[in-house]
Amino acid sequence: MRWHVRTTAALAFVVTAGAAAAQHAAVAADARIGETIYSRCLACHALAYDRTGPRHCGLFGRRAGSVKGFAYSDAMKRSSIVWTEKTLDRFLANPLKMVPGTAMGYAGVASSKERADLIAYLKEANASAQCRS
Amino acid sequence: MSFLIVANAPNVFEARRAFLGKSGLLLSGAAVALLAGQEALAAGGDKSSDSDTRILNTALGAELEAIAAYQLGAESGLLQKPVLDLAVTFQGHHKEHADLLAKTIQKLGGKPVSAKAKYAFPTETLKTQNDVLRFAATLEKGAVSAYLGAVPVFGNRDLAKAAASILGDEAMHWAILRNALGEAPVPSAFVA
Repeated sequence: MRWHVRTTAALAFVVTAGAAAAQHAAVAADARIGETIYSRCLACHALAYDRTGPRHCGLFGRRAGSVKGFAYSDAMKRSSIVWTEKTLDRFLANPLKMVPGTAMGYAGVASSKERADLIAYLKEANASAQCRS
Repeated sequence: MSFLIVANAPNVFEARRAFLGKSGLLLSGAAVALLAGQEALAAGGDKSSDSDTRILNTALGAELEAIAAYQLGAESGLLQKPVLDLAVTFQGHHKEHADLLAKTIQKLGGKPVSAKAKYAFPTETLKTQNDVLRFAATLEKGAVSAYLGAVPVFGNRDLAKAAASILGDEAMHWAILRNALGEAPVPSAFVA
């Protein structure tokens, strides 16, 4: 019984600590910093229109390789990815690992904090008038 | 300090012009050396070569867009000399990059992408010379980051070296454009 109580208490602590960490990460993600990080993407991407890379407006919930008229790699078209915070985080960490054959020949954003900031900015931008118009 | 104020100081401007001339010569020399290095490149088929070709083609697409962007700036009527000359010089560098990239892609057995018939540019935001300079600086900064992200993923280290050489040129463009805008030309010790 004592073991059970201790285990329950330990589990409760782990769950609470995990939730706190997740909340901290959510709070810590800074869209303003993310906007600065987004400047790294601006050789190829824009929010509202396609360039060497596809537009980022409408990104969340979009199936990868589905912007009409954009010439994706076969690998991206076949990837079956739907862009969410989670899938974006994985892709941005190492695009060539997640989608071998992607045209995005980029080593990735190594820092999880920078990825979180970048994703926070993309979410904010997607809710902005620029993306909603 | 605006670029035009700097331009009114003859000694400083002469020094800059001399610097630009020399950097152009250096880049041409580097391009020749990089082309010579391609003798060792084999026309592909293997995974690494295919991946390198894709990376080069993405870079070529961005270079072709940069050429079009500088053309837009040059024809906008918003750029005054000597800023106009600067834009044309930088456009020439991008043409050299594109030429080198296209030749390398062909050497690897790939098909270089062509320039688009039409590019989307935020023309509604380009009302002054500074707007054009800021737009160009944004593209150059992005290019620095793009090449920085490409260097480690090339299978062929000679191609990584070529990409790093282009990165250096883009960084110089970015710094000079920032200086022209009155911003610190080199804002930090590292680029990302």
